[in-house]
Amino acid sequence: MQIGRVVGTVVSTHKHQKIEAATLLIVQPITPDNRPKGQTVIAVDSVGAGVGETVLLVIEGKAAGEALRRKGAPVDAAIIGIIDVIDVVEASGAVGL
Amino acid sequence: MQLAQVIGDVVATIKDANLTGHKLLLVQPIAADHTPVGRPVVALDAVGAGVGEHVFFVRGREASFPFLPAEPPADACVVGIVDHWDLETQD
Repeated sequence: MQIGRVVGTVVSTHKHQKIEAATLLIVQPITPDNRPKGQTVIAVDSVGAGVGETVLLVIEGKAAGEALRRKGAPVDAAIIGIIDVIDVVEASGAVGL
Repeated sequence: MQLAQVIGDVVATIKDANLTGHKLLLVQPIAADHTPVGRPVVALDAVGAGVGEHVFFVRGREASFPFLPAEPPADACVVGIVDHWDLETQD
């Protein structure tokens, strides 16, 4: 799983029936020290996250489909948690997120 | 999934039998600020998207899921047409 920050919302009225009614958010993956890492992704939201929140993100098809609780949903990224706080114990760079 | 803009159609007469009848689109992945990201990819179309439209597409094994129980051999598939998107305002 990755840490991300919700930076936007996507409106799509015409999408595949298996992902109808799914909330789509634009998420910027970040490092534990809050720096952007890589490109933004569009993820389905299964927990009610909002713009500006730090979230737990899966970028993998099977896990994302399970988060949506629909078998065979064509999704490859999902928000599966809202992060309250991140405690990094070692500042030595040992955390390889 | 990733945002993209449809920049073309692809026609292939000879292709895998499981791809028969499927529309192929050339899509350019874009960032949320509209800048192109990486190279264009050929994607299947599950929603009837057209050239010029903004879409989002799924990569990997899930690209064949819209067509279940058929499993066309694809690694990218357009699964939604984007009306618009909003970014948080930077201060």
